[in-house]
Amino acid sequence: MTSTGLTADTLTDRHPSDTEIDVEAEAPGLTTTAEAGADAEQWQVEPAQPHEPEPGTESGPGSAPGPGPLVGAAAEDAEDIPVPPGAPRALLRSLMGPHRGRIVLAMVMIVVQQAALQVGPLLVSLAIDRGIPALRANDAGPLIAVTVGYLACATLATLLQRAFIRLSGVINQDILLDMRQRIFRHAQRLSLDFHERYTSGRIISRATSDVDAVRELLSEGLQELLSVGLSVVYISGLLLFLDWRLGLVSLASFVPVYLLTRSYRRRSQRIYRRSRTAVATVIVRFTETMNGIRPVQAFRREAANEVAFGVANADYAKSNADSLLSMARFVAVSRATANVWITGVVLWGAYLVTDNSLQLGVLAAFVLYLRRLFDPIDQLAMFLNSYQSAAAALEKIAGLLAHEPSVPEPVEATVLPARPEGSPAGREIVFEEVGFAYRTGKQVLPTFSLRIPAGESVAVVGATGAGKSTLAKLLARFYDPTGGRVLLDGVDLRELATAELRRGVVMVTQESFLFSGTVADNIAVGRPGASREEVEAAAKAIGAHAFINALPEGYDTDVRKRGGRISAGQRQLVAFARALLADPAVLILDEATSSLDVPGEQAVQEAMRTVLAGRTAVIIAHRLSTVEIADRVLVMEQGRVVEDGSPADLIAGTGRFSRLHEAWRDSLV
Amino acid sequence: MTEPPTPAHSPVDNPTDAAAVPARKRSTVRSLLRIWPYARPIRWFLVGSTSAAMIASLAGLLIPLVLKQIVDGPVAHRHTAGLWWPAALLLVLGVAEALLFGVRRWMVARPLSRVEQTMRADLYARLQRLPVSFHDRWASGQLLSRATSDMFTIRLFLAFPLVFLIVNSMVFLIGIGIMFSLDWQLGLIAVLPAAPLIVLCSYFERRYSAAARLAQDQTGDLATIIEESVLGIRILKAFGRHRTMAQRFREQARELRGTELHKARLLANLWAVIVGLPELALACSLAVGVVQVAHGSSTAGTLVAFLSTALALRWPVESLGWLLAYSNEAATATDRFFEVLDTPLAEEDDQPTVDAPQPAGPRDGIRFEGVRFRYPDAPAETPDLLQGVDLHVRTGETLALVGTTGSGKTTLTALLPRLYDSTSGRITLDGVDITELPRPTLRRLVSVAFEEPTLFSASVKENVLMGAPGADENALQRALDTAQAQFVRALPQGPDTQVGEQGLSLSGGQRQRLALARAVVGGPEFLVLDDPLSALDVHTEALVEKALRRVLAETTALVVAHRPSTVLLADRVALLSDGRITAVGTHHDLLESCPEYRELMSGELAAAGSASEGSRA
Repeated sequence: MTSTGLTADTLTDRHPSDTEIDVEAEAPGLTTTAEAGADAEQWQVEPAQPHEPEPGTESGPGSAPGPGPLVGAAAEDAEDIPVPPGAPRALLRSLMGPHRGRIVLAMVMIVVQQAALQVGPLLVSLAIDRGIPALRANDAGPLIAVTVGYLACATLATLLQRAFIRLSGVINQDILLDMRQRIFRHAQRLSLDFHERYTSGRIISRATSDVDAVRELLSEGLQELLSVGLSVVYISGLLLFLDWRLGLVSLASFVPVYLLTRSYRRRSQRIYRRSRTAVATVIVRFTETMNGIRPVQAFRREAANEVAFGVANADYAKSNADSLLSMARFVAVSRATANVWITGVVLWGAYLVTDNSLQLGVLAAFVLYLRRLFDPIDQLAMFLNSYQSAAAALEKIAGLLAHEPSVPEPVEATVLPARPEGSPAGREIVFEEVGFAYRTGKQVLPTFSLRIPAGESVAVVGATGAGKSTLAKLLARFYDPTGGRVLLDGVDLRELATAELRRGVVMVTQESFLFSGTVADNIAVGRPGASREEVEAAAKAIGAHAFINALPEGYDTDVRKRGGRISAGQRQLVAFARALLADPAVLILDEATSSLDVPGEQAVQEAMRTVLAGRTAVIIAHRLSTVEIADRVLVMEQGRVVEDGSPADLIAGTGRFSRLHEAWRDSLV
Repeated sequence: MTEPPTPAHSPVDNPTDAAAVPARKRSTVRSLLRIWPYARPIRWFLVGSTSAAMIASLAGLLIPLVLKQIVDGPVAHRHTAGLWWPAALLLVLGVAEALLFGVRRWMVARPLSRVEQTMRADLYARLQRLPVSFHDRWASGQLLSRATSDMFTIRLFLAFPLVFLIVNSMVFLIGIGIMFSLDWQLGLIAVLPAAPLIVLCSYFERRYSAAARLAQDQTGDLATIIEESVLGIRILKAFGRHRTMAQRFREQARELRGTELHKARLLANLWAVIVGLPELALACSLAVGVVQVAHGSSTAGTLVAFLSTALALRWPVESLGWLLAYSNEAATATDRFFEVLDTPLAEEDDQPTVDAPQPAGPRDGIRFEGVRFRYPDAPAETPDLLQGVDLHVRTGETLALVGTTGSGKTTLTALLPRLYDSTSGRITLDGVDITELPRPTLRRLVSVAFEEPTLFSASVKENVLMGAPGADENALQRALDTAQAQFVRALPQGPDTQVGEQGLSLSGGQRQRLALARAVVGGPEFLVLDDPLSALDVHTEALVEKALRRVLAETTALVVAHRPSTVLLADRVALLSDGRITAVGTHHDLLESCPEYRELMSGELAAAGSASEGSRA
C-alpha cells in the first residue's frame, strides 16, 4: 500500500525465531511427566531391600517397569497436550466475539481507506485523458474536479488510516488482555498434577512468547494482510474496469506468483521448524551454563561447553542463513516475474495505444497500478512467517485452555460446620475407602480408610516412593482420589470452595519459593491484610525473627534485591511463618524441615506445640526427630499403612519403625 | 578485550543495577564503530551488498524514465516499431532490479549469520570465564537477552540500516535530481513535504521507541508474575491465594495495555503523516503538471515519469526516521554486548608462579590463614561475613564444618576452588598459596559437591566424569557405587541416559547422589562436600556414609554438615560462628566442651535459644 517494495524488503528479514523464542516446545521430553517421575523413583534400587537383585522387578507385581512407560511418557510429553479439533478456531471466535461491532467498524474503515488510496492513479488517468483536452479548450472544470477529488481522497485515506490504527489497537489490546488473563487464570486453576507434568517453563512460554507471537500477528501482520488483500482486490477491479484485455493479462500474473509463494511457504516452514529447534538448544545450553556457573568453573567445563555450545550455535546460524537465503530467492524470483510481466503489459498497452484502441492516460494508470500491485509481494512473505508462528502459538494456547482442571471447584459449595465454642481449633480428617491411581492406571495408593481425630498430630514415615506425599496431596486436595472420599469434619473436600478449603487445610512443602517483594509480603501470603504485628508475631513464634532483623532492611528487605541472600533453611522458616499466619484447622508438613538445622527444627516443633496446639497436623519427614512430637505414627510401604500407633508403642515394638528409630538414635551418638 | 578496563569505560561497564538499561554515554556512532572488528572479515560482502542495493535502486529509478521514452516517443508518434528497444531496456532494468535485490540478500546471508554466531560464541566464552560474583549480579535472563535479541539487533543493523542509510540517501539525492531535471517546478512541489516528513518521522520514532522500551519492561514485569505464579504454584494452591495473584496480574496487564495503546496512537499519527503528506503533494504536482502539459510546456510522458519517480522516492524519505531509530537501538545492543566483554576475567590478575604444589617434606593439607570475606554487593553497614578464619585441615584428614544457617559455611568452601576470592588473608594447599596456582590446576586438585546438585544436559556418564576427564569405566562404576547411585543402571539407557534440562528429570536425592559421584570420581587430592546427604532418606544416607568413609580415608576433605550423622564422617569438627572458627575438636570433645556446638547438634539449648531470641526482639 503506502510503502514501496523496499519497506517490505526491510521488514521481511525479521526471522521468526528471533521474535519468538520458545525454549520448551521443541525440546523433547524436557521434563518427565508425573508418572515418569514416579517410575524413576520406582527404579531406585532401594538399599533397604538387598534381596532385590534386579532393579526392574521392584516396582511390585503387576506393573512392568523399565524403559517402556518412561519412554512413552516422555514421547507424549514432547507432543504437548492434545489439542481438541477446532479448539484454536473456537478460542479465536470467543476472543473476538465481544468486539464484533468494533471489528466490523474497523473493516469498513480499511475498506474505504484502501478505496480512497487506490483511486489515485485512476484520477491521474482522468487528469491526462479529460483534464488536458478540457484545459486546452479553456475548461478548467475537469482538472479542478480531479484535483479536489485527489486531495479529498488523500485526506480521507489519511484520517481513516489514523482512525483504523487506533481502533485496531484497542481491539488487539483488549483481545490480548483477555487472552493473557484467561491463560493466567486457567493455569492457576489447573491442578498440581498437571503442573508437574506440563513443567513450569512450558506454561510460562504459553503466557509469554506464544502470546507475543499472536500479538505480532494481530498488531502488524493482520493489518498488513488486510491492506494487501484489499489493494490487490481493488487494483484488480480497477485494471479490469480500465481495460479488460490488459486487466486479464495483468491478473494472469497471479498464477506464477501464487505458485512461487506456495513453494516458498513450504520451504520456509521447514526452515522455520529447524530454526526453532536450533534456537531452543542454544537457549537451553546458555541458561544451563549460566545457572550452573559454579560447577562449570569448579569442574573446568569451559572448553567442553564451548564445543557443545559451538555446535548448537553453528546450527542456529546455519538455519538463520538458510532462512535468509530462501527469502532472498523468493524475493528475487517473484519480483523478477512481476517486472517481466509489467514489461509485457506495458509493451502490449503501448501497442494498443499506437493502435488507438487504448487511451494514453489509461496506460499511465496501468503502469502506476501494476507497480503497486506487485509491491506487497515481500510483505506477503513476512506475513506468512508471522502467521506460521502465530498459528502454532494459538494452537498451543488453545490446547492449554481446553485442558480441564482435574481438581475442579464445586458447583455448589458447602461450608464447614462451625466449631463449637471452646473446642480445639483442629478438625477431624477421614479417608473413606480412598484409593489413588495415576492416569495411566498405575496404582499408587490401594483403597484404604483412615481416621485422624481433631487435634491429633500424625507423623507419616516410610521410604522414598512409599506414597507419603500422595497421601498429603489428597488431604490438601492437590489431587482428587480416584475412589472414595476425603472428609473434613464430615464434609467432602470436593464440596468446599477454595477459600473455605484453605481456611481448613494448609500445606507446607519442602521447596520454599519466595515471591518477589519484601520478607513481610512473603509471610503475609498466609493471610493477606495481616498487620505488621501479626507478621512479626508469626516470625517470632517460628524462630525466624532474629535472621529477618539481621537483613539490611529487616522485614522490608526485598528478597530479590542485593543483600537479600536468604539460605534454604531461612526460606523454610519463612514458609513456616506463612503457615502460622494462615492459622488453619489442619496443617500438613511435607518434608518441610529438610533444610533446617537442629535448632531450627526444634523451634518449629516448639511452635507446633504452643502456637499450633489443638490443630490437626500431618507431618511427613525423612528425619525421625520430627516424629517425637507426634501423637501417632503411620509407617507406609508401597502405598499401604503397615504400622499405626503411638511413637512409644511402635518404638517399643519390633516392627520397621522400631528398627528405623534405633538406627537413627545411633546416628545421634 | 583482554586488557583491563580503562577508567573511561567504567561508568558504562559497571552496571549499578543489572536490570536497568544503562544510560547511553557514548554517541551512537562511537558505539557502532566497536562492531568493526567483527564486521571486518566480511567487509567486502557488505560493500558488495551495498553496491548491489545501490544499483538495484538506481535501476528502479531509471524505469520511470524509460516509461517516459515509451509514452513520449513511439506511443505519442504511433510508431510501433520504436517500442522494442525501450521495452527491452525496461525488461533488463526490471529483471536487474529484482535480481540485484536478491543478490544483495544472498551475498550477506551466510556472512552475517556467521558474524552473529561469532559474537554469540565470544559472549558465551567470556561469560563462562567471568567470576561467580559477576553472575550473582546479573540475572541469567539479562544475559540471555544479550545472547539472543541483542545479537539479532546487531545483525539486522548490518543487514539493513547500515546499507540503506547509504543507499537511500544516494537514491533520494539522485531521485530529486531526476525530478528537477524532468520539471523543476513539479520537483519543488514534490520536495516540499520531504523536510517536515523527515522531522515528523524522527520525532515520532523517538517517542515511539521510548514507549516501546516501556512496553518491553512492562512485558518483562508481567513475565515475572507469570513465572512466579507457576514456580510458586504449590504455595498459592496450599494457601488458596490465586485470586490475589490474578489481581496483581490484571493490574500489570492493564498497565501494559495502556502503554500499548499509547504506542498505537503514536503509530497512527506517524502513519497518517507518512501516508498523508506525500499524497497531498502528489495531488498538487498532478494539477500543476496537467496545466503544463495542456499549455505544451511539458509532455504527458514527463508527467507519468515524474509521478512514478515521486512514488519511488517515498520509501527513502519515510525510512530515514526508522533507520536512525534502528541504528540507535543497535548502538544500545552493542553497548550491552561490550558491557559483558569489557568486564575483566577472573584470571586476568592471576600471576601463577608455580605449576603445582610441590610438597617438600611433609604435606601440609589445606590451611586458611586470617581469611576475611564479604560479598561485593553486601550493604555497606553489614560486617564482613568471614572475619579472619584460621583453620587447618591436615593431609588425609576429614574435617567437618558446622555452624548455624547463614554463618558462611558454603561461602568458605567456595573460596577453596576460587569461585570467589577472599577479601584478605590467604589459603594454602600443601603450603602453596592458591592464588599462585593456575586456576585449572587448582580446580583439578580440589573437587566439589555443591549443596545444589546441578546436572547438565548430557548423559549421566558425562555428568559424572566431568569431575575427572579421562577416567575410565571402572572409575565411573566405583564412583556410582560410592554414591549409592545404582539406580543409574535401571535408567532407560543406563549411564548413557540423557539427563538435565533436555533429558530425564531425576529426583533431588538422585541428583545429589550423582553430584557426589562426580566429586569423588577422580580420587581428588582435596575434596569439598557441601551438605552432601541432605536430600537422602535415612536408609540411603547410612549406605552412602559407609561407602564414603572409604573415599574420605584417602583424601583431605572439608565437609559442610548440618546433621550429627554427617559430622560422624569426619575426624574432627570445626565450628564457624560470627565469621570465625571458634572451636575445633572431635565430635565428642566439642559435645562436652562447647555449648554452642551442643545446641547446634542436639538442640539441647534450643528452647532457651528461641526464648532469648524472643526476648531480644
